[in-house]
Amino acid sequence: MTDRMTISLTVNGDAVSREVSVRMTLADFLRHELGLTGTHLGCEHGVCGACTILMNGRTARSCLTLAVQADGQSIDTVEGMADGDDLSPLQQAFIDQHGLQCGFCTPGMLATITELLNTNPDPTEHEVREWLSGNACRCTGYQGIVDAALAAAKTLQGKVP
Amino acid sequence: MKPPPFSYHRPDSVDEALGLLATLDDPKILAGGQSLMPMMNFRYVMPANLIDINRIDDLSRTENGGETLRIGAMVRQRDLEFSDLVKARCPLLHAALLNVGHVQTRNRGTIGGSLSHLDPAAELPAALMALDATLHVGSKRGTRDVAITDWSMGYMTPNLEMDEMLTAITIPLWPAGHGAGFVEFARRHGDFAMAGTAAMLALSPSGTIERVALAVTGVDIGPVRLHDAEAMLAGQTPSEALFADAAQTAGAVPGLDDVHASKAYRRKLAIVMTKRALAQALAQAQGGGDD
Amino acid sequence: MSWVGSAVKRVEDPALLQGKGQFVDDIHLPNMVEAAILRSPYAHAKVGAIDASEALALPGVHAVIAHADLPTELQAQIPLLVPNPAIHYPVMQYVLAKDAVRFAGEAIAVVVADDRYIAEDAAERIIVDFDPLPAAGDFRAALEPGAPTAHAERDDNVAAAFSQAYGDVDAAFANAAHVFREELFQHRGAGHPIECRTMLAAHDPVTDTLTIWANTQAPHRLRDVYCRMTGAADNQVRVISPDTGGGFGSKVQAYPEHMAIAAAATQLGRPVKYIEDRREHFLATHQERDQLWDLEIAVDADAKILGVRGKLLHDSGAYLPWGIITPFISASTTPGPYVLPTYKLDVTCIFTNKVATTPVRGAGRPQATFAMERLMDRVARELDLDPAEVRRRNYVPAAAMPYAVGLTFRDGSPVVYDSGDYPACQAKALDLADYDTFRAKQEAARSEGRYIGIGVASYVEGTGLGPFEGATVKVTPGGHVIAQIGASAQGQGHRTMLAQIVADRLGVTPEDVTVTGGNSADLAHGIGTFASRVTANAGSSAHVAASNVREKILKIAANLLEASEEDLDLEGGRVFVKGVPEMGKSFGEIAVVANGMPGFSMPDGISVGLDDTTYFKPERSTYANGCHVAEVEVDIETGNVAILRYVTAHDCGTIINPMMVEGQVAGGVVHGIGNALFEWMRYDEGAQPTTVNFGEYLLPMATEMPTIEQTHIESPTPLNPLGVKGAGEGGTIPAAAVIASAIDDALRPFGVKITQVPVTPEYLLDLIAQRRND
Repeated sequence: MTDRMTISLTVNGDAVSREVSVRMTLADFLRHELGLTGTHLGCEHGVCGACTILMNGRTARSCLTLAVQADGQSIDTVEGMADGDDLSPLQQAFIDQHGLQCGFCTPGMLATITELLNTNPDPTEHEVREWLSGNACRCTGYQGIVDAALAAAKTLQGKVP
Repeated sequence: MKPPPFSYHRPDSVDEALGLLATLDDPKILAGGQSLMPMMNFRYVMPANLIDINRIDDLSRTENGGETLRIGAMVRQRDLEFSDLVKARCPLLHAALLNVGHVQTRNRGTIGGSLSHLDPAAELPAALMALDATLHVGSKRGTRDVAITDWSMGYMTPNLEMDEMLTAITIPLWPAGHGAGFVEFARRHGDFAMAGTAAMLALSPSGTIERVALAVTGVDIGPVRLHDAEAMLAGQTPSEALFADAAQTAGAVPGLDDVHASKAYRRKLAIVMTKRALAQALAQAQGGGDD
Repeated sequence: MSWVGSAVKRVEDPALLQGKGQFVDDIHLPNMVEAAILRSPYAHAKVGAIDASEALALPGVHAVIAHADLPTELQAQIPLLVPNPAIHYPVMQYVLAKDAVRFAGEAIAVVVADDRYIAEDAAERIIVDFDPLPAAGDFRAALEPGAPTAHAERDDNVAAAFSQAYGDVDAAFANAAHVFREELFQHRGAGHPIECRTMLAAHDPVTDTLTIWANTQAPHRLRDVYCRMTGAADNQVRVISPDTGGGFGSKVQAYPEHMAIAAAATQLGRPVKYIEDRREHFLATHQERDQLWDLEIAVDADAKILGVRGKLLHDSGAYLPWGIITPFISASTTPGPYVLPTYKLDVTCIFTNKVATTPVRGAGRPQATFAMERLMDRVARELDLDPAEVRRRNYVPAAAMPYAVGLTFRDGSPVVYDSGDYPACQAKALDLADYDTFRAKQEAARSEGRYIGIGVASYVEGTGLGPFEGATVKVTPGGHVIAQIGASAQGQGHRTMLAQIVADRLGVTPEDVTVTGGNSADLAHGIGTFASRVTANAGSSAHVAASNVREKILKIAANLLEASEEDLDLEGGRVFVKGVPEMGKSFGEIAVVANGMPGFSMPDGISVGLDDTTYFKPERSTYANGCHVAEVEVDIETGNVAILRYVTAHDCGTIINPMMVEGQVAGGVVHGIGNALFEWMRYDEGAQPTTVNFGEYLLPMATEMPTIEQTHIESPTPLNPLGVKGAGEGGTIPAAAVIASAIDDALRPFGVKITQVPVTPEYLLDLIAQRRND
């Protein structure tokens, strides 16, 4: 039978092994099998970006990835970003810069900006906006999110504003 | 919007994949998944068997052949974007890649997936058409090469039999010093083009156009090579007026109507994009080729 | 130190930033099953036999529920909550289609299965006997004689008709120096919160109570509609709105799906979850869209307005779940910030075979503002005056406040602008936008072949309307300060806002206040989160309730400490003698007294409990206002519009939290820019939707959006104790108007005039070409 399969992967640094239906998306696997409900589904066709997670350090749409495709891979989600109760500089910047309202798109935004700052530690506003072009937010007008990304870049470089 | 049921197969080699393609009922290849998965979530596509070729290492290599560049079908768009080889030797492909979707989709999307899905507004098929790429197709019956001009068989229909799979693309490289331009018009950054043009120019020592290639995307059902424009440009001294004249021929591309735009508008855009792509290519050629 | 007025960081954020929010789809109950909904593929059809046998045969499928399978009391139409005598045919959607479907996407059956995957497999296997009927598509065409009717039993498509008028408008036009007429079309699209509609219903057979978790903007409405339909008592039904991923109006209504899922849970005796997907959201979540205005303005030789008259056609969609509220708001928003001596608007609401239209962020006001501001720009152009100057000549002066417009608002109260300084608001916006130096910049750009332009638009917005919203503030024997409101939040930051208000009254910090909202069991009554009304209503309620609790603390403490109330102070959760902090009591100790001692009579004059529930009832709406200035560049070869700058001056009365107000305005503006340039929910002539995914329907994204530069004026309202007005929609309302104004200005050399939004590049390029050929 090829409609169920056992997969082993790393999620937020922890080894995980589960038998899953082969058609289950990675998003549903994270949310419903692992209870990591921070990853949200907004469109299920790869446009809104709410479900964006990091796969081997790179962003990916978890609604367009099958759970079986994550077999052997390393996945990072919003739940793994803080160190215990200590928020990461990026998470803190979202609070300080009012980078979220309803919070539904936020986990995807955090994933995208995480990859951005790993790739380009000192982005311009234009670069931030280009990176965010794959993540829709209906609440903030993007302004607080852009400001948060720029503020987090400064903090991470030790240039606390 | 959950995918329909299917059987999942994950071959480790091209041979195994081709074997599955030949024997399984109603198979579909899963490459980067950035087009197929949405269509499955919408249940527009409901294959009985899904063949995931993401674990086939042979398909993920880029080889520098000196005069040519051979790119495996499963090379991720983002890896190509980061490739110094592509940037240096094939600046058109690099420029086109920056217009493909978003970082998050390029991280997964592959060059072969883009060509096999063949969206009328996709960037990569047009770039590869300007580059005179050859596509390598495999099946249990053997292999065959398809010129990019013969790739589109109709709306979203690549030149592939049911048992065939795109395995690699070969791009003949232009000499260093040529200029490339890729300009498209989309409503939002990362959207499919409503019209876009890929342009390459090589200048002679005296500054005339020694070689030129132009292809448009987003206007017709597939990429269209602008042979008439190329003929008008060849051997001439580049000027704004010449580019404007040559670009007018882009207005004769047949064109498609859809929810985003009429074909009349797309043709107008094609002219503008062609003019701008030529200007970009010229600036690069005059600047010494590299960006 | 006052918490109100300071940019307090949001108490909502830490959980949401760690993936610890609790949205409906995050809730897993034991024994829970999931639903998919079979929806009509036809815009208009008779529905015959439904054969679910193949669906039911699929392993993992528990039930298929169609109209006839519902309990009798739910084999009914959703009640019309806001009736109006102007409505010709008060028709509402059935919970599940009875014998006809009237829009593509109308719910026909609920399929319940182990999970959503299987439920969708099963839905595909249901065979419905449809008999397609001609459909009413475009609302303008639907008014033509002989057009297909949206309801087969009707002879025409008129849903409602009414007029809004005052003054002798025809006399004004007869005596006018100039009269200008415009036909204006505005399309708005949909709310599209990133989280679609969600619901989870669970029936407890032991207590015979039903709990519905739903991301609704109006939990009490939902409870009341369910109770009204089923005859259930209020205390048998609880609606909880947990974390919600945006609303923008789309989640206000009590939808048929809510009733159907509740019925499924009750019938199956298992919790049933339904998570709308994006395709369904495009089809079946209410939108707010097309209006056509045919409007004339009469002005004197000095460009002072004498009157406005005309007709408004409004697309109601197939049903009237929110009555005629939206076009009514449109019709009463037209006068805006101007002295408009006479006015008459004839409104016709039209049925089409499309999903119903109900308010989306702005609620009819963006259309009215677009219409009025386009007329003001027309006057400026025709009389060769600066558009800002034309507006200045007509603003209601600050000294005229309160100003009675002459109209009646949707709540039945007279439209009386309570406070505001419109000229000052415009001056602030123009100043921030460097309006005075723009012409030089524009000239320089034109000499380079670049077409840049500047636009201005003003608006007045009814906010904070009644009837009421409630709040309970209590202090527990453990010393906890708790504030509960009935209204639910969709990202606005209610908890932070209320914590600030309560903290000020009780001398604690916002972190000390635990705020909950959106649970119908917490407060007996509630209206909902819409019309920018929660801060004015629930905020005022919390302010009054906290003040009452404060008084009680002082009273009890004065007694215990043998001091006079005037000599006491509240700080840090304690009440003490001023200047002698050790002579005091903790809030907890006061609460113990207030909660009474078993067997002892309550102390003299002390009511039971250290808590208070207040329902603040505003006597009428408050009116916020603002002025936006936009600078755009048009690419005349492609028709593309790039926004170079966007400036807002915003007046929502007293500001509780400037950071959150700016967030509301910025988000609202981007929604408005979406309406102006990108978002277009399209249907073909047969009313089949043609934009049903986010590749076809374009949301505004970060790259195309400008930085929103903001300045503020605070004109407190006298109508509530905090002086607050609403802030949630003002960003959206003038955005389409200001973008159109700026495009016109950029293309002045071509004489282009925008008369519809969204402005697509193709439409704009056609306008330029037309003008060039003229």
